[in-house]
Amino acid sequence: MIYTASEMMTIAAARALRDDDVCFVGIGLPSAACNLARLTHARGVTLIYESGTIAARPSVLPLSIGDGELCETALTTVSVPEMFRYWLQGGRITVGFLSGAQVDRYGNLNSTVIGSYSRPKVRLPGAGGATEIAASCGRVLIVMRHHPRAFVPQLDFLTTLGHGPTGRERRQLGIPTAGPVLLVTDLCMLEPEPETNEFVVTALHPGVTCEQVRRNTGWKVRFAAELRETELPGGGELAILRDLNARTARAHGLAVAE
Amino acid sequence: MPDGAPSRAIRKMGSFRNLSEAVSGLIHDGDTVALEGFTHLIPFAAGHEIVRQKRRDLTLVRMTPDLLYDQMIGAGCARKLVFSWGGNPGVGSLHRFREAVEKQWPRAIEIEEHSHAAMANAYAAGAAGLPCAIFRGYQGVGLPEVNPNIRFVTCPFTGESLACVPALRPDVAVIHAQKADREGNVLLEGIVGVQKEVVLAARRSLVTVEEVVDGFGPRSPNAVILPAWVVTAVAVVPGGARPSYTHGYYSRDNSFYAAWDEIAKDRERFQAWMAQHVFACPELPS
Repeated sequence: MIYTASEMMTIAAARALRDDDVCFVGIGLPSAACNLARLTHARGVTLIYESGTIAARPSVLPLSIGDGELCETALTTVSVPEMFRYWLQGGRITVGFLSGAQVDRYGNLNSTVIGSYSRPKVRLPGAGGATEIAASCGRVLIVMRHHPRAFVPQLDFLTTLGHGPTGRERRQLGIPTAGPVLLVTDLCMLEPEPETNEFVVTALHPGVTCEQVRRNTGWKVRFAAELRETELPGGGELAILRDLNARTARAHGLAVAE
Repeated sequence: MPDGAPSRAIRKMGSFRNLSEAVSGLIHDGDTVALEGFTHLIPFAAGHEIVRQKRRDLTLVRMTPDLLYDQMIGAGCARKLVFSWGGNPGVGSLHRFREAVEKQWPRAIEIEEHSHAAMANAYAAGAAGLPCAIFRGYQGVGLPEVNPNIRFVTCPFTGESLACVPALRPDVAVIHAQKADREGNVLLEGIVGVQKEVVLAARRSLVTVEEVVDGFGPRSPNAVILPAWVVTAVAVVPGGARPSYTHGYYSRDNSFYAAWDEIAKDRERFQAWMAQHVFACPELPS
C-alpha cells in the first residue's frame, strides 16, 4: 500500500500509546497520533487537552487545543488552573505527547526563539503547557519532522527539559518521572541509550537509509547495534488516519492536510 | 439593555452598560488589562472597542494572546505583554506579535513570558488574594534566566524546591460569557479556562454576554456563575466572541483563523483589514 512519510510518522507515533494510558495531548502532530491510537489499537486511552477537557473523543481533529468539539465529546471539562494543578501536577497523567521547533540529542525541546532571547531572529509561540507536561507526566513521547534545522547540536533556547543539556540534569534535579522515552520522525524512531540518555536510532521506517537520517540530523547521530525496521502501516491504520484527516479538513474548511 | 426600565436592583448595582461606555469607564491608558478565554469565549468585541478608543501603553495579560492580541498589538495598544503561548493555534505564527518583538513595529514591546502552569497558578493566587503562586515547575529550563519574576522557594516542610511567581492582579479583567440574568449575575459554561479566576483577581471587571435572560433555568447546582457583586460592568454583545466561539450559540470560525495568517503577514493588509472591520464598525448596540 502506498503511504507518505508523514502518515508513517503519525502511525508509528500512535503505536507508542497504550490502551490504559492517560495522555496529555499537545497540539498538531501529537493530536493526530493520539486520536489515531484511540481509533485503532488503544480504544481505552484517555485523552486530556490542556483546555480542561478530560477523556475527549473528538470525531475530527481540533485546530486549537480548545475547540468546542473537545468539550462536547469529553467526559467532563475542568478549569485550566484545575487541569494544571490537580490533574497534571497531581501526577495523574501517564504520558505527555509533545512536539517542538528544535530538539537536541538528549530530547530537550525549544519552542521559544530562534536566535537570542532578547533579539530573536524568529519569535516562536513559547512554552505553553510543555514545560510542566514534560516534568509531571510519567513518560514523554516526542513527534517531529526530521530536518537538520530541527535536530540541532545545541538548542537556541531550552523551553522544555528532556534529559538535560548533557543528558544528566534531569536525574540530578531529582525529577521522578521518566522524561522522553521515544522520538518519532518521518524517517525513523530514536530512543535514549540507558547510560548516557543520548537518543540513538533504534528503528528505520521502511525504505529509509542510515545516510538519509545522518543528512537530516544536525548532530553526529548514532545507530543502535540492533537496528530494527518499523512495521509497515497497516491497511486499517491508513484508512482510519485518512478518514480522520478528510473529516477534519471538511470540518475546518481547509485543504486536506497530508 | 433588556427592554423596559431596569429594576431597582440593576440601578443600584449599575452593572449593565453599553460596550462603549463600559470600556471608556473601566479601561484607561497605562492599565494592566487581561482579556481571557481559552480558545473559547475570547472577548473580541470588547478588544475591538479598546482598539477603537485608541487605548495606549496597556500591559496586556493573556495566556494565549491569539488573534485578538495580535490585532491589539498591531494597532499599537500595548506597551507590555504577559503571556505563555503566542501562536495561532494549529495555523502558525502571530505575525503582528512577531513583528513587534522582532522589529519593534509599530512600537517596541516588553515581554514577560511564562508557562501555562505558571499563569494559571498566578491567576488562582490573584483570585485567592495571595501575593504569589507556588507550584512544581520550571525545573532545569531557560525561562527563569530571562524572567526575573520566576523564582524558587524551599518548602518549609519537605525541603522541596518549588517554583514561585507573583500573583496576577490586573487592573481590569475582560471576559465573554453565555448569559446574564436581569440582576447582572453571569453564567458561563463549556471550556471555562481561567475566566472565573481572572475576574476574581482583577480590581475591575467587564463581562460581555450573548443575552440577558429572566432566569438561568434548570442547571447543575455547580454551574459556573459569577455573582453580580463581583462584576463591575455587563454589556450585552451578541456574537461578542467571534471568530472565537460561544458554546451553545455558535462555533469557532476555524477558516478565519487560517485566513488571518495571510492578512496579518503584511502590515498594509493588516491595517486595511483593521480599518474595514474594526475602525469602520460602529460600536455595537446593547
